[in-house]
Amino acid sequence: MSEITINHYLALSSFMFVIGAVGVITRRNAIVVFMCIELMLNAANLALVAFSSFLGDVQGQVFVFFVMTVAAAEAAVGLAIIIAIFRNKQSLNIDELNLFKW
Amino acid sequence: MELQTILFWFFALIAAVASILVIANKKPLISALFLILNFFSLAGIYLLLSAQFIAISQVIVYAGAIMVLFVFVIMLLNAKDEEEFAGGMKKIKNFVYIFGAIIFIELVYFIFGGNNEKISAHPKVSVEIGTIENIGFNLYVYYILPFIVASFLLLVATIGSILLAKKKIEQSNE
Repeated sequence: MSEITINHYLALSSFMFVIGAVGVITRRNAIVVFMCIELMLNAANLALVAFSSFLGDVQGQVFVFFVMTVAAAEAAVGLAIIIAIFRNKQSLNIDELNLFKW
Repeated sequence: MELQTILFWFFALIAAVASILVIANKKPLISALFLILNFFSLAGIYLLLSAQFIAISQVIVYAGAIMVLFVFVIMLLNAKDEEEFAGGMKKIKNFVYIFGAIIFIELVYFIFGGNNEKISAHPKVSVEIGTIENIGFNLYVYYILPFIVASFLLLVATIGSILLAKKKIEQSNE
């Protein structure tokens, strides 16, 4: 309890990842689903930085840098897709976006 | 207790509560604001792990750029509040909550029960690891190819998002 080991960081990371995964499944709003994906990416980033710090190796932080790049690109494209969907459907409810389902 | 321990629990508590509130709120804007809070507390945790560059870019890129994009899109679309699940889906929702709790308990069990003697219990306290100098050196010397690919990725994402989000010109003329 008194000392913070890498286990604590990993536990926080897994908690955030599980919350993000649950949010992706249970939420109906496309934007919130997107935010939950960002939450999961951040959980992975936290695990990478924790390992990087505890192993004394910089590679984890370099990888986090690339993850941030991909997250920024993904957010831009995904939100553009959401805008395009909203223009066609007038709704953000992902239950209505079932064109490819079955 | 050390200052580092207190700060870790402080930031971890904020991050955990904020992440729960992200998925518990009905309004997307409130969710976005709690996600920003979560990102800020994560930046604090990165500072505790002596990853200064990552902490700063977390604030600038995530809390600054990406979340501004999210809030902007929420403002533009002005969508209704979230609708509830259709009748039979509510059971699935509860099932997902229980399943997520089980997965989290399982993960914590393996993280704390595992034998990780190879990783030192203390962080290798060298502030030099996370500096911009060191990361920039690694980025431009050993990871130059992924760096260039990442810049191309950003270029493609810029062009793609403009193409996706703009209206068709023929439509707007009619």
